[in-house]
Amino acid sequence: MKFLPTSDADRAEMLAAIGVSSVDDLFVSIPASVRQAPSLPPPLSEIEVRRLFGGLAKKNANAKETAFFLGAGLYHHYTSAIADQMLYRAEWLTAYTPYQPEVSQGTLQSIFEFQTHICLLTGLDVANASLYEGASALVEALLMAERLCPGRTKAVLSQAIHPEYRETVRTYFTNLALEIVEVPVGPDGATDAAALAAAIDEKTFAVAVQSPNFYGIVEDWSAASVAAHAKGALGLAVVAEAASLALLASPGEKGIDIACGEAQSLGVPMHNGGPILGFLACRTAHQRQIPGRLVGQTHDAEGHRAFCLTLSTREQHIRREKATSNICTNQGLMALAANIHMSLLGKHGLREVAQQSHAKAEYLKGRISALPEYRLPYPGPTFNEFLVEGPRAAAPMIAELARRGILAGVPLSRFGGPTNQFLVAVTEMNTREEMDRLVSALAEAGGRQ
Amino acid sequence: MNPEDLHYTKSHEWVRIDGEIGTIGITDHAQKELGEIVYLELPELGHVYNAEAEFGTVESVKAVSELYTPLSGEVVEVNKSAVAQPGIVNDDPYGDGWLIKLKLSSDEEVKRLMSAEDYGEYVQSEEKAK
Amino acid sequence: MSLEVEEKKPAPVDRLHPESRQEPLVFERSGQGKVGYSLPPLDVPDVTAIPKELRREEIAGETEITEVEVARHFTRLSKLNFSIDQKLYPLGSCTMKHNPRINEEVARLPGFAAAHPLAPEEVSQGTLELAWRLEQALIELTGLARVTLQPSAGAQGELAGIVMVRAALEKEGNPRKGVLIPDSAHGTNPASAHFAGYKVRELKSNARGTLDLHVLEEAMTEDVAALMLTAPNTLGIFEDRILEIAEIVHRKGGYLYCDGANFNSFVGLAKPGLMGIDVMHMNLHKTFSTPHGGGGPGSGPVAVCERLVPYLPRPTIERRADGTFTLDLDRPDSIGRLRTFLGNYGMFVRALAYIVSYGNRIGEVAQGAVLNANYIRAGLADLYHLKYDAPTLHEVVFSDKKQAEHGVHNGDIAKRLMDYGFHPPTVSFPLIVHGALMIEPTETEGRASLDAFIHAMREIARDVREDPQIVLNAPHTTPVRRVDEVAAARNLVLRWKPGS
Repeated sequence: MKFLPTSDADRAEMLAAIGVSSVDDLFVSIPASVRQAPSLPPPLSEIEVRRLFGGLAKKNANAKETAFFLGAGLYHHYTSAIADQMLYRAEWLTAYTPYQPEVSQGTLQSIFEFQTHICLLTGLDVANASLYEGASALVEALLMAERLCPGRTKAVLSQAIHPEYRETVRTYFTNLALEIVEVPVGPDGATDAAALAAAIDEKTFAVAVQSPNFYGIVEDWSAASVAAHAKGALGLAVVAEAASLALLASPGEKGIDIACGEAQSLGVPMHNGGPILGFLACRTAHQRQIPGRLVGQTHDAEGHRAFCLTLSTREQHIRREKATSNICTNQGLMALAANIHMSLLGKHGLREVAQQSHAKAEYLKGRISALPEYRLPYPGPTFNEFLVEGPRAAAPMIAELARRGILAGVPLSRFGGPTNQFLVAVTEMNTREEMDRLVSALAEAGGRQ
Repeated sequence: MNPEDLHYTKSHEWVRIDGEIGTIGITDHAQKELGEIVYLELPELGHVYNAEAEFGTVESVKAVSELYTPLSGEVVEVNKSAVAQPGIVNDDPYGDGWLIKLKLSSDEEVKRLMSAEDYGEYVQSEEKAK
Repeated sequence: MSLEVEEKKPAPVDRLHPESRQEPLVFERSGQGKVGYSLPPLDVPDVTAIPKELRREEIAGETEITEVEVARHFTRLSKLNFSIDQKLYPLGSCTMKHNPRINEEVARLPGFAAAHPLAPEEVSQGTLELAWRLEQALIELTGLARVTLQPSAGAQGELAGIVMVRAALEKEGNPRKGVLIPDSAHGTNPASAHFAGYKVRELKSNARGTLDLHVLEEAMTEDVAALMLTAPNTLGIFEDRILEIAEIVHRKGGYLYCDGANFNSFVGLAKPGLMGIDVMHMNLHKTFSTPHGGGGPGSGPVAVCERLVPYLPRPTIERRADGTFTLDLDRPDSIGRLRTFLGNYGMFVRALAYIVSYGNRIGEVAQGAVLNANYIRAGLADLYHLKYDAPTLHEVVFSDKKQAEHGVHNGDIAKRLMDYGFHPPTVSFPLIVHGALMIEPTETEGRASLDAFIHAMREIARDVREDPQIVLNAPHTTPVRRVDEVAAARNLVLRWKPGS
């Protein structure tokens, strides 16, 4: 067995040193009645593993092998060769959580840089070392806001926040005696501002909106922050398409207190939905309540700059029941991928990616809305994703196009929404040729009776 | 070791009584167990506590401890220097490292607390149990 | 409130070792006009259809840097890390085993890495089948009824498990009030219970380091929803009376939750389902070899008994009669979602590759892990104090009691091990052993590696007696030494600022 480096001779000598005659003797504490070998096939060699997984992989339409327009919280953006290959380095891949700073300065400094990038993009003061993904990041942000507003029990959420994020919040909140109020979208596709203000009262601890929202519409963060502050609540910004942070007004400059969501677009491959990369950022005044891991700068015994995990006393392994969260792992390797990506692209590259995504989406949006059988239900401004309404059920049409090498969009029926609506996302990775091909295919599908 | 003129709790706080004012802090044993203190969370003036209620937290790199008041009363002073430089609590837990001062609401409660000698024995028995 | 910062003098220049040991921040390498990327020219009109008040100015402070600098920066940073590919990482309860590279290769296939979970099911049969196969394998290994792959990590798996228990009890009319957790339990258990809305009552272990059945009997009432057991516990000791424990819990209508962080000690040899365990989470990044990546990503699937199946997170993956695969979202009693999409799918690929590479020989993993840990125990038991005498499985917990007599503690021993090239063992757990050294070698360490570790620990024990300063001042050879964590916490600097 190639992963087990103990020879028979070694084993015999080790057993003698321990003072037992067989390995079985070491398992006396496990009752016989619970012992059972699993019924599994014999081991596969590496060649066979490649064959098996290659076969399974071939069955999946994916962004590298189709004209790809899927979004809804997970986006196909450029990732660089240097980032992809740097993650193969053993010192990054196989290292553990940096609890011992003397032997983890690489990981610690990289996280410190990641925290900085997130602050620069969100316009806030402090960011953590990452969270699992966007939905649980929203949960953590809401729980943080609740701790900062003791005595308040209500969270106001826009219905234009990703449905899977809201469902996750409901799962967590059921057991915590906290109330959720959801606010609908208006006719332009953005959260209804009047309804939002009306839903907030002295019991509210957080007001959360997403931008670009689930329908792709760009919302104004100030609507949430101003309305929240008027009643002593905190304004929360939710971001599912983080590439937008390079082009759109930042949460920080619009008075938002906590920004959270999904940073996958910033250099993390889609990975079929995980591992991806949750993030959370806040203002200095609130930093002691931030969940998850944090890396701080300090020095060592000789005065050299050094980094270490800090404020760990808020974490589960020390505070136990009183922890700010039960989170243990972060998304270390994905945060590294994002750090490399953001560092490489930087000020101009991140902007250019956002600009190209937007311009290409505008092009496609224009061409689709010109098709007679299709319309755009929401007229508000979009970043790189938009809702389309077609003449008939979207899911079968999209399945048909998928068989022809075009992944045209995400039908809202997957979220219990109107069956003839679907979301189309565009990024810098889409070519004009692909977009024209999609338009032709939609025209053809629309024209068929 | 532990000043004779103070009264002690099982949760390692001490109180010095001057008339109706009680000065409260944590013991030398507590500061040693915690290690270097990095943060103090103390109440606002005017807060009223019953004896044994939690009035704040003391945080070191490896632990957070709740602080419990030995006696009932109203907060009339908070040690801002300690909040600014938490290390004072390690250096001088019975002097400059005091945490809060209460206007005490009862004369009787002090009888429930331990003397320096009793507290010393209590700490020793806790250590043996480890 | 401002905190006074102790002014540290800058480090003296070492003329024998002039190369700087520090790597500047990527922002400190940045400079105007440098470019590290290229994109194709825009092939559509360059328009901006977003109103100005919804747009930002440029990202002040962000980097301008080249690929060469990025390559150097991240390569040099990586060299400041220890990693399991380098040497033994005996971290108790972390299961730092070798990360097979075939796992990395198959996980990167475009059909997995560039797939989107909202693509039509007709063209996602491979991704669905892989996840289904992993669930089947984990069902077989646990002997339980079904497995959810959704939780992102062990802690989230714990939460899912307890929330499912709560949902099941609520359906019967009474969610109950609290859970029981032994003091030898894994670190995240109490926090997870709290987030499920339960109070926690801690049960003291007996002198053997296991659960005292009288204590359990007395504590197990109809107000208790579950007992959260780590098996084996954080001392590496298996609860040999597990069947009686399960009976006590079940008799009062409660559930037995098992924290499976230590599954590496009996995977492939024994089945939790036969032990009376109702719900158990596993860590793919521990038992199933997915890489730790500097702190994640992980994955925490949860196996459940038949009674809990209706409450599984949504969606589950089903195989239809015609052999095709689909997602089942129509589960009215489901606890809902813990996250977006299906979970950390990339870890599913790796874990399944690992399981099929072992197949029916997977029991040798546990055998190797337990042999190695006991070999270390035998090699050090004369020099390091063992608080509990009971047989241990895949990990062993010594305390620093003998060394403390010379003024040396577990933290110092941990630092000195770094000079030997080893990552230290866990020193902050378990809480019931003061000055703990929690050692788990895993099965992928060969005899030579174990002997080297034992030798290092024996030399350190000798140094403690004969030359304690060398241990107290350790580490001597690492890029930074004795990082000031107190200063970090007193004066929080959590990011770089432009203009620094």
